[in-house]
Amino acid sequence: MTLEMQAGAETQQRSFVNDFTLMVATKNGSGSQTSNLVLIRSLFRMGIPVSGKNLFPSNIKGLPTWYSIRASKDGYIGRRPTAEVVVAFNELTAAEDILNLPPGGMLIIPADWKWGKTRDDVTWHEVPIKAILTQEKIEPDFRERITNMIYVGVCCYLFDISLEIAYLALLDQFNGKKKPADMNFGVIKRAYEWATENLAKDTRFRFEQLNQTEGKILIDGNTAGALGSLFGGVTVAAWYPITPSTSVIDGVLDHKSIRNDPETGESTVAVVQAEDELAAVGMIIGAGWAGARSMTATSGPGISLMAEFVGLAYFAEIPCVIWDITRMGPSTGLPTRTSQGDLLFIHFLSHGDTRQVVLLPGSVAECFEFGWRAFEEAERLQMPIFVMSDLDLGMNLWLSEPFAYPEQPINRGKTLDKLSLEEFFAEHGEWYRYKDYDGDGVGYRTIPGIDHPRAAYFTRGTGHTEKATYSERGDDWVKNLSRIERKINDARATLPQPIIDHDPAKKIGIISYGSNDASIVEARDLLAAENLHTNYLRVRSLPLAQSVIDFVLSHDSVYVAENNFDGQMAQLLRMEIPQDNRHMKSLSLGDTLPMTADWLYSKIVEQEKQHAR
Amino acid sequence: MPADVNKLGLKREAYKGSPSTLCPGCGHDSISNKIIDVAHEVGLPMYNVIKLSGIGCSSKTPAYFLGSSHSFNSVHGRMPSVATGAMLANQDLVAIAVSGDGDTGSIGLGQYKHLIRRNVPMVYIIENNGVYGLTKGQFSATSDEGQKVKYYGLNELPSLDLCMEAITAGCTFVARSFSGDAEQMRTLLKAALSHRGTAVLDIVSPCVTFNNAADSNKSYPYGKANEQRLHDYDFIPVGYVQGRDEITVDPYADGEAISVEMHDGSFIRLKKLDHGHDPRKRNEALNVLEQARVENLFLTGLIYYEEPRPTLIDTLHITPTPLSHLQGDKLRPSAAKLDELMKSFA
Repeated sequence: MTLEMQAGAETQQRSFVNDFTLMVATKNGSGSQTSNLVLIRSLFRMGIPVSGKNLFPSNIKGLPTWYSIRASKDGYIGRRPTAEVVVAFNELTAAEDILNLPPGGMLIIPADWKWGKTRDDVTWHEVPIKAILTQEKIEPDFRERITNMIYVGVCCYLFDISLEIAYLALLDQFNGKKKPADMNFGVIKRAYEWATENLAKDTRFRFEQLNQTEGKILIDGNTAGALGSLFGGVTVAAWYPITPSTSVIDGVLDHKSIRNDPETGESTVAVVQAEDELAAVGMIIGAGWAGARSMTATSGPGISLMAEFVGLAYFAEIPCVIWDITRMGPSTGLPTRTSQGDLLFIHFLSHGDTRQVVLLPGSVAECFEFGWRAFEEAERLQMPIFVMSDLDLGMNLWLSEPFAYPEQPINRGKTLDKLSLEEFFAEHGEWYRYKDYDGDGVGYRTIPGIDHPRAAYFTRGTGHTEKATYSERGDDWVKNLSRIERKINDARATLPQPIIDHDPAKKIGIISYGSNDASIVEARDLLAAENLHTNYLRVRSLPLAQSVIDFVLSHDSVYVAENNFDGQMAQLLRMEIPQDNRHMKSLSLGDTLPMTADWLYSKIVEQEKQHAR
Repeated sequence: MPADVNKLGLKREAYKGSPSTLCPGCGHDSISNKIIDVAHEVGLPMYNVIKLSGIGCSSKTPAYFLGSSHSFNSVHGRMPSVATGAMLANQDLVAIAVSGDGDTGSIGLGQYKHLIRRNVPMVYIIENNGVYGLTKGQFSATSDEGQKVKYYGLNELPSLDLCMEAITAGCTFVARSFSGDAEQMRTLLKAALSHRGTAVLDIVSPCVTFNNAADSNKSYPYGKANEQRLHDYDFIPVGYVQGRDEITVDPYADGEAISVEMHDGSFIRLKKLDHGHDPRKRNEALNVLEQARVENLFLTGLIYYEEPRPTLIDTLHITPTPLSHLQGDKLRPSAAKLDELMKSFA
C-alpha cells in the first residue's frame, strides 16, 4: 500500500493532527541534525509519540542527507515511505524531494533559490533565508550551521509548536547550556515571527498536546546497548571504528564513569582502540580467557576479519561478547544503509563445525537488556555471544519505556576460584577443563592467577582432550564436538525465547526479528483492518527455539519477514524444519532502508489474494 | 634449604612442561630450557604466569615449560592481541610470550608493532630461525638475502630486522641472542622479566631440519663461529631473589661498564666489548643494527634499553585491582543510578 492521498477528497478526510511525517532534506555536515533533534524533542515534550530516521551518506560534509520525523498519535514508530511535509533545504535534491511529495502535501523551500512553483497540488511555502538571518546578528562562523534553525522556527509556527517548548528542546539538545541555546533560539524566533506575518497555516497539519510520552525516553539502540553492557559488568572493550557500530563504544566511553570505583575514582572499564578488528577480537578473547567481561562492537566487514579468532574462542570455549550492528556490505558504497544481511554469516561464523549463539534485540529496551544478558550467556555457555542489531535500531532515536534494571545478579557461570577449585577437587578428586561433569556440555573453567598448583590448563583450538591435553585422535575430537553440540542444543531452550502472540483461531503467522518489529506491529493493524488476522512470533536468539518450529507448523500460511535480500531466516527455518513447509513464504526486503508497515502489508495482501484464488 | 631448591621451595623439575615434540637438537628446546632455568632461579610463582603463543614450531614450546602456568596457544600472528587482552584483564600477571619469525615477522608484524607501541608489559621472545618449519621449509621475512633452502631455492628479498622494528615502534627493551649462547640468554631473560613494559628478545634459534647449513646465517655452525657479543653482563636481581649483597661481581674497568637499573630495582651491568655499544642511546642502537646488516655481523646482546615509559595499563587509569577480580557493585551500578540515567534520556 502506498499512502493514498488523492488530491482533494482523501486529504480532506484524513486527519493529520499528530499523525504525519516531516522529511527534512539538507546537506551532510550542515548542522541539520541539531535542528531535527530540536523538532523531535519538541514533539516528545508535547507528549506526542515520535520517531526519527536519519538517512545519511557515507561522507563528512556536502552530500545529501534526509531526516524523517514521524509523529504518530497511535504510537507507531516504524518508518513510513511517504512524508506529507517536506523541508527542501538542499538545492541538489530539491527537484526529487518536491516530486516525492504526495498530492495535498506541503513544501517548505528557501525563497533565495527563486525555484518557482513547480507543483500546484501541494502547499508551497518559500522562506527568505538570507533576509531572516541578517536580522539576527550571527557571527560568520556560525551562519551556515544556524541556517537550519530557520525551518525549525517556520515549522513551530505552521504546526503549532510553542516557542517555549522549542526553547526547552534546545536546552535539552545543548545539555542545558544557555549560550548556544539562546543563539539558536534567536533564529528560531525570527523565523517564527516572519512566518506569522507571511504564511497562512494549513490547519490539517498540526500538533496538539498529548500525554503519551510521559515517563518515556528517547534513545538510540547503540547507546542502549552500551548502557546495558555497563550494567552487565563489562571490564574490557576493544574495538575498531566502523559505521554503524562506532556509537556502541562511544556510548561506553560517554557513560563509563558510572562504573568508576567510588573509593578511588579509578575506572573499572578498560577501553582500547585496536589497530583493526582482528586485534579487537583477539584482545577481548584474551581478556575473556583471563577473567574479564569483554566486548567489541563492529559491523559486517569487521565480522569477516574476526572469523578465525571467533572459531578459536568457540572451540577453546572462551566467553566474550560481539555486537554486530549490521549494514549493507561489503566495502564502500552503502555503509550508512541498514540491512539484516549478516544473520547466517554470524550464526555459522568460522571454520570447522561452528554454530554461534546470536541474540536479536528488537527494540532499544532489548538492546539494553541483551547488553547485560550477553555477558551472562557468554559466561554461562563459555563461548562468544553475538548481539545482532542494525543501523536502523542502532543509530536512530526510538521512543521507549525506561529500561528495567537487570532482574538477576551477575553470575560468572562455572568459573572456579581458589576455594571452589579446592572444593571441586574434594568432591570429584579431579578437575579437567573440558569434562562434562553436569551433563549440560559446559565444563568448569579457571582463570589465570589463581594461587593453586593445579589451576592451570593449556588452551588451544582443535586437538584437545577433555583434560585439555594435546591430542590428534579422532575419537577425542568427536567426543569434544558432541559435548559442544549438547551445549548448543540445550541453549535453544535457555536463551531469550521468542515473543509469541498466538491465537489458534488465526491461520496466518508472521515470523520476524530485530528492528522490523515496529513496522510489523503496525502492519498487523493494517492487515486486521482488512480482515486478515495474524499471529506473530519474534525470534530473539539463535540457535532457534523449538517454539519457532512449532509456530511454523501450526499455521496455514507463514510469512518470514526480514530485511535482507536472500531471506536468510527463512533459509535457516527450512534447514531446521524437516516437515513440509511449503506454506512458509519468505518476504525479504534488503533495499537498504528500514522495513515499512506498508511494504509488509502489501506483500501479505498480495500473497493472501493468490491464496484465496 | 638444599641448593637445588628455590625460594618457593621448588626444584627445577617443577618448572618443566610436557616433553618436547620438536626435532631433536632444535634451538627452540634450548630456549625452553633456559626459561625453565631462569624461572626456577628467580623463583617465579607459576600460578601467576601466563604463557602465550601464536602458531608455528616456536609457538608449540609453551607446552614444554612451566607446566603449572595457564597457557594459550592462539592463532597465527595474533598472539599480541590475546596477550594485550589478558593483561588488561589482570595486570598482576607475568606474561611470557613465544613467537617465531613467521608468526611475528609476516602475518603478525602489525600486531607485533602495535603491541610494542602500546607497551603491554610482557616478555616477547622470538625464536628466529629464518625459515618456516611446520609447513616444511619456506622462507620467512627474516630469511637472509641470498639464503638458499632445498626446495624453494634462493631468497632474493631483504630480511626484516625484528629488533629494528621493535625500536622504531617504541620498544624500551630490545635484545638479540643466540640459542647456542646459554649464559647470555639467561641474563637477558632475567633482565627482561624485571622490565616494566614490552621486552623483546629476538633469539636466533637454528632449525636443524630446514636451515642449518654452515653458510646459513641462522645455523649453529655459523652462530658458533660468528657470534659477537656486544657486552659481558652481570645481572644483579632484587625483585625475585635474595638481597643484592649476596652477589659478588668482578669490577669492570672504569668507562667500560654501564649499570642499567631495572623497574624492580635490580640492575644489569654491562661491560662494553669491541663495538663499544651503549644500549641507552637509540641512535646507537639503530646504528649497531645497521652496521650488523651492512657488514653481515652476528651481534648479540642488549641492543636498546630506555627508562620504562607508561604501559598500556598506566594509560587507561583503571583500578589497580585486576579487572578480572572485580565483583558485585564494582561491576554493576545501582538501580538508583539507572533511574538517574533514564531521566537524562527523558
